[in-house]
Amino acid sequence: MAILDKHKIIETNATLLLILSFLVVTIGGLVQIVPLFYLDNTIEEVEGVRPYSPLELTGRDVYIREGCYVCHSQMIRPMRDEVERYGHYSLAAESMYDHPFQWGSKRTGPDLARVGGRYSDEWHVDHLRDPQSVVPESVMPKYGFLERKMIDGEYIRDLMETHRMVGVPYTDEMIDAAQDDFAVQVDPFGDTDGLLARYPGAQVRNFDGQPGISEADALIAYLQVLGTMVDFSTFEPDASR
Amino acid sequence: MSVKDKKDQNNQVPTTGHSWDGIEEFDNPMPRWWLWTFYACIVWAIGYSIAYPAWPLISKATPGLLGFSTRAEVAKDIAEVEQSLAQINATLANAELTEISADPELLGYAKNKGAAVFRTWCAQCHGSGAAGVQANGYPNLLDNDWLWGGTMEDIHLTITHGIRNTSDEDARFSEMPSFGEILEKEEISQVANYVMSLTGDPQDVTQVAAGETVFLDNCAACHADDGTGDRYQGAPNLTDAIWLYGDGYDNIVAQVTKARNGVMPNWNTRLDEAEIRAVSTYVHSLGGGE
Repeated sequence: MAILDKHKIIETNATLLLILSFLVVTIGGLVQIVPLFYLDNTIEEVEGVRPYSPLELTGRDVYIREGCYVCHSQMIRPMRDEVERYGHYSLAAESMYDHPFQWGSKRTGPDLARVGGRYSDEWHVDHLRDPQSVVPESVMPKYGFLERKMIDGEYIRDLMETHRMVGVPYTDEMIDAAQDDFAVQVDPFGDTDGLLARYPGAQVRNFDGQPGISEADALIAYLQVLGTMVDFSTFEPDASR
Repeated sequence: MSVKDKKDQNNQVPTTGHSWDGIEEFDNPMPRWWLWTFYACIVWAIGYSIAYPAWPLISKATPGLLGFSTRAEVAKDIAEVEQSLAQINATLANAELTEISADPELLGYAKNKGAAVFRTWCAQCHGSGAAGVQANGYPNLLDNDWLWGGTMEDIHLTITHGIRNTSDEDARFSEMPSFGEILEKEEISQVANYVMSLTGDPQDVTQVAAGETVFLDNCAACHADDGTGDRYQGAPNLTDAIWLYGDGYDNIVAQVTKARNGVMPNWNTRLDEAEIRAVSTYVHSLGGGE
């Protein structure tokens, strides 16, 4: 057992022990993580998924800031009960532009992965103002202040550049037009051609029904796009995944 | 501290050979149960990685002998339930709307299925008990006051295509104007008093007569001359003391000044025909069905 005797050298040399420990952990980690970057079934691309528009991205920031993810998950698991309640199970590709993803692991409130289009904007305004007014059994706090907090997209360029840095394919054109796109998405009478060309299927409405752009506008725009990008009437799930 | 392990008494157990500041360690064997559990785990892991998807290769992982896939699993679960209900769902989807209530078995199935659909998709606005949310404009479905009609056909059409949404061309549509831009404040006050007088006491009796003129000129086209409304336009009946956006002078003035027009999604893209008929039957059975 000569080779086993050698471990005395390691055990008596703290620095060497540390280095070799890191080496072992690194190999273990690489074996588990690296395949996820190249295996077909973990990098499935799905038609329709696009980066968030500036307003939606701002809404996503509000969502994260207010800690919505603490009670709401955004991942429908592939189980019959979840599919029947929430809709088609989530695909990895649907959160490919989420940094960080909002899958979550705890549901105090319902899953929001496909909440887009499920309720009217007016319902969302009522519900954010006073959740118990529409769902008496809800324990959600009130977020009425969001509709009074006006925003102008001052930092939207920085936000999008940051997302580009971590891999979201925002083009220079998108970033140059960010402030305009941000404002025009709540203006149904504005010139939305550019916005819709850059972000196909973006919904243009005055989301909170009040003048100006508020955080509620941004949040509702974000909620209304969740889970709506992929057209599941044409999506063929590959059963081997 | 007593030495519990007696095996060392005759120096039968060797030490590990380490000596740290004079402290030595006996090299007792592992407990057998632990060792065999450990070996069993290794064997299980090998078997598991053969049976189930495991080892990453060039472009995909080994699929495993059992061919397990979560996607196939959920598709199978759904298909099994769908198949077991296929016959009754087909019967329901093809039945004449007015005939569903004639078949007790079909009616029972439709009401139960409809209740489940309602709690999943409808309860958030209409309430889990279907009483709606007065003042917010989510109609009560328990009473016999219907905006767009309360027959099976009417309810079925409303659920299928929705109301005032932008996602279905066949959605029911009408729009109450905001009279704040059309009428003077005085006139709005008068007409509010007139509307209150239809079901009870107005706030200011002296304005009722003038309000009737305003009503006939501006409101009667949709709400009818006598205020009983028009179901073809979803114009509420104003004479039945059931209010969509709350009762009383202030609520009426608010709705007349800046009109709210409720939106309901079209459910034909989310629910299948059997589910729509089931929830139509359920809503129809709640008390007000015509």
